[in-house]
Amino acid sequence: MIIDHRTSEASGRIQPTSANALTRRSFLQAGAAAGGGLLLSLSLPFAVRGAEAAGTTFAPNAFLRITPEGQVVLTMPYVEMGQGTYTSIPMLIAEELELELSQVQLEHAPPNEELYVNPLLGVQATGNSNAIRGAWQPLRQAGATARTMLVAAAAKGWNVDAASCRARSGEVFHEPTGRRLKYAELAAHATGMPIPVNVALKEPKDFRLIGTPAKRLDTPAKVNGTAVYGIDARPPGVKIATLAQSPVFGGRVKSVDDAAAKAVNGVRQIVRLNDAVAVVADHMGAAKKGLEALVIDWDDGQYEGLSTEAILGELEEATLYPGAVAQSVGDADSALPSAHTQLEATYHVPFLAHAPMEPMNCTVHARSDAVEIWVGTQAITRVQAAAAATAGVLLEQVTVHNHLIGGGFGRRLEADGAARAVEIAKHVDGPVKVVWTREEDIQHDMYRPMFFDRLSAGLDAKGMPAAWKNRFAGSSIIARWLPPAFNNGFDHDTTEGAIDLAYDLPNFHVEFTRVEPPGIPTAFWRSVGPSHNVFVTESFMDELAAAAKQDPVAYRLALLEKTPRAKAVLALAAEKAGWGQTLPERSGRGVSIQHAFASYMAQVAEVEVAKGGTVRVKRVVCAVDCGTVVNPDTVKAQIQSGIMFGITAALYGQITLKNGRVEQANFDSYQILRMDEAPEVEVHIVQNSESPGGLGEAGTSAIVPAVTNAIYAATGKRLRQLPVDSAALREPQ
Amino acid sequence: MSATISVNGALHTVDVDGDTPLLWVLRDVLGMTGTKFGCGAALCGACTVHLDGEPVRSCITPIDSVGVSEIMTIEAIGATEAGAKIQKAWLDVEVPQCGYCQSGQIMSASALIASIPHPTDGDIDDAMSGNICRCGTYVRIREAIKQAAAA
Repeated sequence: MIIDHRTSEASGRIQPTSANALTRRSFLQAGAAAGGGLLLSLSLPFAVRGAEAAGTTFAPNAFLRITPEGQVVLTMPYVEMGQGTYTSIPMLIAEELELELSQVQLEHAPPNEELYVNPLLGVQATGNSNAIRGAWQPLRQAGATARTMLVAAAAKGWNVDAASCRARSGEVFHEPTGRRLKYAELAAHATGMPIPVNVALKEPKDFRLIGTPAKRLDTPAKVNGTAVYGIDARPPGVKIATLAQSPVFGGRVKSVDDAAAKAVNGVRQIVRLNDAVAVVADHMGAAKKGLEALVIDWDDGQYEGLSTEAILGELEEATLYPGAVAQSVGDADSALPSAHTQLEATYHVPFLAHAPMEPMNCTVHARSDAVEIWVGTQAITRVQAAAAATAGVLLEQVTVHNHLIGGGFGRRLEADGAARAVEIAKHVDGPVKVVWTREEDIQHDMYRPMFFDRLSAGLDAKGMPAAWKNRFAGSSIIARWLPPAFNNGFDHDTTEGAIDLAYDLPNFHVEFTRVEPPGIPTAFWRSVGPSHNVFVTESFMDELAAAAKQDPVAYRLALLEKTPRAKAVLALAAEKAGWGQTLPERSGRGVSIQHAFASYMAQVAEVEVAKGGTVRVKRVVCAVDCGTVVNPDTVKAQIQSGIMFGITAALYGQITLKNGRVEQANFDSYQILRMDEAPEVEVHIVQNSESPGGLGEAGTSAIVPAVTNAIYAATGKRLRQLPVDSAALREPQ
Repeated sequence: MSATISVNGALHTVDVDGDTPLLWVLRDVLGMTGTKFGCGAALCGACTVHLDGEPVRSCITPIDSVGVSEIMTIEAIGATEAGAKIQKAWLDVEVPQCGYCQSGQIMSASALIASIPHPTDGDIDDAMSGNICRCGTYVRIREAIKQAAAA
């Protein structure tokens, strides 16, 4: 059964992309900027492909602006949500442009798919841990090209050979004569210089910035309260609204008694929509009080009886029948029955909410011919398109001011919150900030999907895998979010971590069946496909090792001969974790390896299971090979972060439905890991000069099976569903 | 009703119901947006401010309960010795990621080292476990508190 619960919110030009598009050279264009500065724009490969087909000028992707006043401004196509991209992306430009990081200024990019498309997504969006991967070549090239032109301009002015000049810290020097000129003084002249082709990029040994632990540019404002998030926008005259949406997805408002709400001091207006009611007030205190005073009678609609159990049953049934073949190597069907030992297991994972600390919010000023929006979004063009469609105006009549994001994790790749805010704002005179309560945020999220997995494997006489089969069912987010990338019944996001394993498995077969949960919206959630697949795959691999009566690390190492980068991180993590050393009773170590987001990672978790069943993760050791490291401190921070996010999911995370209603509401029923539960985390980075891999999400998916495998080591209980059921781990009396 | 409160040393008279949480007076009435909304139920600590030096969750603190107590927010905490040490340590250790919860974390941590200048790990757990960080910066928060205490 496939139910498409939402129409696509797709905007503008959305096309699938491919990894090999990245290998194409980037093109640069230079021209005079307004004010006589040097404007250098670069087009990323994706835009180039379209431009070549049209045979016209290349559309630029990002802008580097050097003004006669000395400003070097980088318009950032990626948004900062804590992953450090506002520091690491400027490092790439500053490295080749011979600037100090402090000399680069940043601007949020406006919505423009033509200019600011993410080459790995095909959409102007920040997600899939790919900002550095997408920017690595083109931004360094932009910096190098600009530097070459600035040096050429200086050399021409001095009438000397450009080779005798060099750039450093925003100036060009002519060493023999000691002359120097600032970039600002050269900017106007540089626009007339020929655009160099095939500029050589620095050798890694010459990097000044890349690979050094740069201080983040966004930190100072985040420690003194001056950082401005979407929820902090305050256009003059703004009113504050909060809302109640149908508690059952797809339900409707039957009737509203708003007399008591209107009587609340500070409440200005009640806005009734088809499936929601909003209270508009002078401040959120009055809006919330008004909301509590509303008496709303809902028509729950067709999903009033929906339960998580029913959805799970549907998924389980779907795995009884063949699905779309996502990957098939060798002949698993033949190898399995003749194997020396056979194993079967089923796994399943729950819906998860994103629960970023900044609740959903969006500020809108809707006029008849223009809509202005203040929001923090990972996908600004989606917001613009959703606002235009909802308001009934043209795309160019919608202005979107992007802001810092108080936690994205995929939630802010969706435009449902903006559309909702516009719906409300259409009824309000002047700007209105729509702020969701935490309860609305959790109960009206778009969730990480549930999945059900049916696995089987055969071992040879030595205990090594002779066949591996996995058939799983669940939602495809890509099929809704980026339909052209859903092909032949599957997509790369949903299957990442289930296919293309680092292991050398001779007979390997994976199928996926798309089953959309009725009424329940699903969305990308930090680490996406791997958030589910790595748990399943690495747990089952642990089962194979146990069936073979082999050490989980040694068993995996034996399967990694063909992927030395994976083998190296596993060996390193095991060594640093003290793998094999004795632990107290009911304590254990578990391991996982992962190849996802173009990075290799191994984790060893050490857990302690109390007699009552409570699990405490004490220590996590992570080894990572993410290719060239741009900012090692950010790499460590992202892995620490991902691990905490993953432990929350492993130990606590689940959204359940009863009578069509989400049962969790706030941080008491949707628990988040806290300080007193946080493990020590060690991160070891393998140094090399491969292309950079992504890291914002990798830590999250890799920790989950490390924890459950450690629980197995501590208790002998194999956990095949999440979150961890501590009742099942109680020591028998 | 109208209430007069003292925020970071300045008096403000506001016209809101007495049961209005302090959080919304700060953010929406006075425009001081450094203090954040996370849960509305004292479950996450994002809204932490000081009331006469004690950390409180402003999202459940009615304005009529404040009286003449001195309110201090993230905007002014750097003027205190403990606050300045904590902010410096936060910068040195690079604690924030998305940063949204960090105002509350810094207010809780400042109150901690003001009352216990050399906190143990247990003291840190007790003082900081009411503050959720969804980015999971706990390892660095602990390190930064220890660094501030040693400063």
